[in-house]
Amino acid sequence: MARPAASDQEPSGPQPGSVGLVETQTVELFTAGNPLVLDSGSTLAPVEVAFETYGTLADDRSNAVFICHALTGDAHAAGYHAGADRPGWWDSIVGPGKPIDTDRYFVVCPNLLGGCRGTTGPSSIDPDTGQPYGLRFPLFTVADLVRVHRALLSHLGISRVLAVIGGSLGGMQALQWALDAPNELAAAIPICATTRLSPQNIAFSAVARQAILSDESFHGGDYYATDERPDTGLSLARMMAHITYLSEESMRRKFGRRIQDREEPRFDFGVDFEVESYLQHQGASFLRRFDANSYLYLTRVMDYFDPFADPERAGPRLEAVRAAGTHFLVISFDTDWRFDTEHSREMVRTLGAAEVPVTSREVESPFGHDSFLLAIPDYHRTVGTFLRRLHEGGGVAGPTSGA
Amino acid sequence: MRPDLDVVARMVPADSRVLDLGCGDGSLLQHLARHRGCRVQGVEVSSDAFHECIARGVPVLHADIDRGLPEFADDAFDVAVLSQTLQATYRPALALSELTRIGRQGIVSFPNFGHIGIRSKLALFGRMPTSSVLPQPWYETTNIHLCTITDFERLCEARGIRLLERHLLDSRGRQVDGRARRGANLLAAGAVYRVDAPERAA
Repeated sequence: MARPAASDQEPSGPQPGSVGLVETQTVELFTAGNPLVLDSGSTLAPVEVAFETYGTLADDRSNAVFICHALTGDAHAAGYHAGADRPGWWDSIVGPGKPIDTDRYFVVCPNLLGGCRGTTGPSSIDPDTGQPYGLRFPLFTVADLVRVHRALLSHLGISRVLAVIGGSLGGMQALQWALDAPNELAAAIPICATTRLSPQNIAFSAVARQAILSDESFHGGDYYATDERPDTGLSLARMMAHITYLSEESMRRKFGRRIQDREEPRFDFGVDFEVESYLQHQGASFLRRFDANSYLYLTRVMDYFDPFADPERAGPRLEAVRAAGTHFLVISFDTDWRFDTEHSREMVRTLGAAEVPVTSREVESPFGHDSFLLAIPDYHRTVGTFLRRLHEGGGVAGPTSGA
Repeated sequence: MRPDLDVVARMVPADSRVLDLGCGDGSLLQHLARHRGCRVQGVEVSSDAFHECIARGVPVLHADIDRGLPEFADDAFDVAVLSQTLQATYRPALALSELTRIGRQGIVSFPNFGHIGIRSKLALFGRMPTSSVLPQPWYETTNIHLCTITDFERLCEARGIRLLERHLLDSRGRQVDGRARRGANLLAAGAVYRVDAPERAA
């Protein structure tokens, strides 16, 4: 299960604190006889899952940390793929000596169901038709994402992890997992996540979806057979979403009102300000790695997430979390306006009212929602200290715990 | 554990749910969790102390009591504790009302600025007193709202907060009830109270 160590012939890639050269693996989970049954009642089989692992699984299989990625992430959280000059998306926090310390923990990160980075999703071939699913892919929920994660964990022979950690949609999966199977995790670490989207959050997603759906090249989701893609719509969706991931302050710092490539404004409707050029680049580079149908499905998954909507259903599940002693670490960032601290506070209130042990903080950072991806010392200290306690000292202080 | 924390710990019922406002490094809560079967939650504003709590496995919110604690519902805890914290808040009256709102009962401890040692230092030398309980000089101290036993009891009276139990402490934080019951405001270096909220409609 251990990853290959950093290789000497990798000239530019691995830095100190890097897991080095890594590869994405793929596994087929679920079979026609034992399919994935979704919340909707639909079934899927087989489900291909792309994942990466870092570090070494302890003999007693007690040191696993499971990473859930956000809306547009993938299995490549850390280290370098062969020939790549940029590391995985969460390399800042995953690696030897880093808070998610690969010298201590066995780290698992899959691409999520419905994605387009190696795990079965709308761009995969429907075995019934031999064609890509497109919009015939069944609707799914955060609970369904967790079902696939749990199947992967079981495939790896791990029955309980130290922690499930993730930012944004990743944090929603961590929360869902704790509610669905609290005995499978000592802790859940939702970062800048939410228990449910606000109308403003849904509104942003709605406009992003409209951009895709109204693109002439969308062809009802069946653009795979054509040589067209709804690129205009998808890049617009990404550009708008990206604005919500940054803060006004971080954009001010990064771009100011500087003009792209010259001193004087052009006074036309092209790309003039640096911020415009940056967004165009974000939108264009997104097209290379993301599928428009996946974007539709995954934003919809977030919209419908609301695990505490029905108190009669949530009550017993929260009671099970309390009984399991699952410890939550809830982190938010003060300039995040996509899921601001009030979202985390609401989660803390709900968990706390159910007497679930909660550790929580708002971290100061000028970088908005994207802060969770960055090496902010205070934030990393909290995650690192919390994981070390789980690993060395057990969970919440109590009559049976050590230290 | 510090002797004054031991006095506080003995006032907390076994197996209760306890919130410690300004819990420092979490040693009181860790003690209550390990030896009294309590389910504990801390609140701490210092980043270093917050991380010490995490290292002890004490669930803790990094939050500032002076901003109120909307994270917690009314009566969410059996007991809420303000141990040597009241005098370090900007808004002691708010801290007290949050204490009695969130806890069914409250426990409050603080250094008594009416203690004879403090009074005499001020009277004799004309300078802001320091002591083993209040070691920092005036320009560095985090204890910005010091009060006397009489001051505290007057505040509680004015706010309708009921005083259910009182223990007096010597300068090392040890319980000295008998010796100083009369003239407590002059003779006790500190005090610990069990308090209850103003009568509620329910």
